[in-house]
Amino acid sequence: MKQLTVAGKVLTLLFAAVFLAACSSKDTKDDSSAADAAAAEAAARSAAERAAMEDAAMAERRLQDAVAAVGNVFYFDYDSSTLKPQAQAALDAHIALLRTNDRSVRLEGHTDERGTREYNMALGERRANTVRDYMVVNGIASYRIETVSYGEEQPIAYGSGEANWSQNRRVELK
Amino acid sequence: MKHLTAVLVATVFALATTSARAELVIEITQGMDNPTAIAVVPFAWQGSGTAPEDVAQVIDNDLARSGQFDPVGRGDMLARPSTQQEVFYRDWRAINTEYVLIGRASVTGQVQMRIEYELFDVNRQARVLSGYEEGHVNDARMLAHRVADEVYETLTGIPGAFATRLLYVSVTRNPGGKDFYRLTLSDSDGARPIVLLESREPIMAPSWSPDGKHIAYVSFETSRPAIYRQELATGARVQLTNFRGLNGAPAWSPDGNSMAMVLSKDGNPDIYLMDLRTRELTQLTRHYAIDTEPTWMPDGRSILFTSDRGGRPQIYRYDLRSGATERLTYEGSYNARARVAQDGRNLVMVHQAGGQFHIALQDLVTNRLQILTGTDLDESPSIAPNGSMVLYGTKSGDRGILAAVSVDGGVKFRLPAREGDVREPAWSPYMSR
Repeated sequence: MKQLTVAGKVLTLLFAAVFLAACSSKDTKDDSSAADAAAAEAAARSAAERAAMEDAAMAERRLQDAVAAVGNVFYFDYDSSTLKPQAQAALDAHIALLRTNDRSVRLEGHTDERGTREYNMALGERRANTVRDYMVVNGIASYRIETVSYGEEQPIAYGSGEANWSQNRRVELK
Repeated sequence: MKHLTAVLVATVFALATTSARAELVIEITQGMDNPTAIAVVPFAWQGSGTAPEDVAQVIDNDLARSGQFDPVGRGDMLARPSTQQEVFYRDWRAINTEYVLIGRASVTGQVQMRIEYELFDVNRQARVLSGYEEGHVNDARMLAHRVADEVYETLTGIPGAFATRLLYVSVTRNPGGKDFYRLTLSDSDGARPIVLLESREPIMAPSWSPDGKHIAYVSFETSRPAIYRQELATGARVQLTNFRGLNGAPAWSPDGNSMAMVLSKDGNPDIYLMDLRTRELTQLTRHYAIDTEPTWMPDGRSILFTSDRGGRPQIYRYDLRSGATERLTYEGSYNARARVAQDGRNLVMVHQAGGQFHIALQDLVTNRLQILTGTDLDESPSIAPNGSMVLYGTKSGDRGILAAVSVDGGVKFRLPAREGDVREPAWSPYMSR
């Protein structure tokens, strides 16, 4: 989805550049002296545009790579909805990318199996809200963010013990 | 405590028309010290062909499951009387039996079943109970449960709760994909399971209307939680809420007219009351903490709920008339999801002690707290309508199972599923006939 959007944008820009180039090549047939200057200018312009486009595409790809590297799951401590530094850094990568597009995201809050199910529904919501609030503070409009809590209903790891529990205390960005 | 070495597995064959077995298996793990020895003699079948149900076996299993009775094995019986004339007390004294239940079953007009029963006190050499139950032959098991209720009440002084039903959520795991959730209705012994709802999204918080005719639950089928009400007889259902955020923990008022629930539509989980006729909402709690898990006091005058407004989850009571809130639990750092027995005195809840989650009972008169279970990750307690047993969810290995404990902690049994996880049991109120 992300790749398609970017590829679409690059294609659109490339098409525009080719169209511009076609127009300017038509111009060169008319006049000879001014035509060379115009052609050179057009070529320079399109080259600059192409370079800018490539820079933008590369920048976006860098942001995507950064997002891919950090993943879309942010982990929490037991009975806590405080964003950990590692989760914050990961979230920053997502925010940087979201600033360049208008995508909407869904934040799904989860907990481990300890404690009651309804209390965990509330805790999962707190976690999702913590992530949402951090994103909003950092410039992502709140209408682009949907939050939903699953409490302890959808564990990643079914077993008990901290090794399993730590995988389940999470917010997933989708 | 008497630990039964032989695991008693309930007879779980469903109606003759289906071969479906119960999803739950009952294993009695702990009975009372001196259970009453009772012989439930196979009932005489007075119809054509074979009896549609082994009525005596259903009654036998019910009494055994209560932990208060030690039924005599059929192989140990010296006689199998089915009428008073055939009862010779010496046959039963010889095998130390205190009570003998005999009976006869028949079917009239194809579908009408009649079960007659008589209970004898061997020591007093007297008949102490006799009666009959009638109903549709498809409800043979329910008729048997009613006989068990009568016997139980005669011998313990407490009304029986065998002729009741259970709701529970079961899950079939699908690693790498979406789990499969089911909401199931069964008899109180796990027999005759009926799947009410199947979904690839979570199902939570099943609860009963006070007349036992409707249920409410939370389903994520729209990709977000919403509260639904469903009529058992017709299957007709209505979506009651669809708010942003939490839509959880529906709890019917004792008069059946309103429902307490948790909503976070205004940014924070609070307790609300919905008038079920007008669908009008009233916000009861207003606090930045988590307020959740509402449950009604039997008199309908106040609602208990869990809140972490004091830093950790504890049980609070909200008085519906005055609007005053008071904290009820002080022992331990985690007390949550209260349920109150019909007597308004016994409060059961999830209580954390030594890092483990147990089911505990707090006497609301003396405020004495008693931990009832020794297992970990115990949750979702639900009290039988006669106040005798607490059914709850726990873990065995990495599987979710149901388990039960008597309110005095003396009797324990487990109800694992044949496969998958089971959780969130909800014991029905007494069913109107």
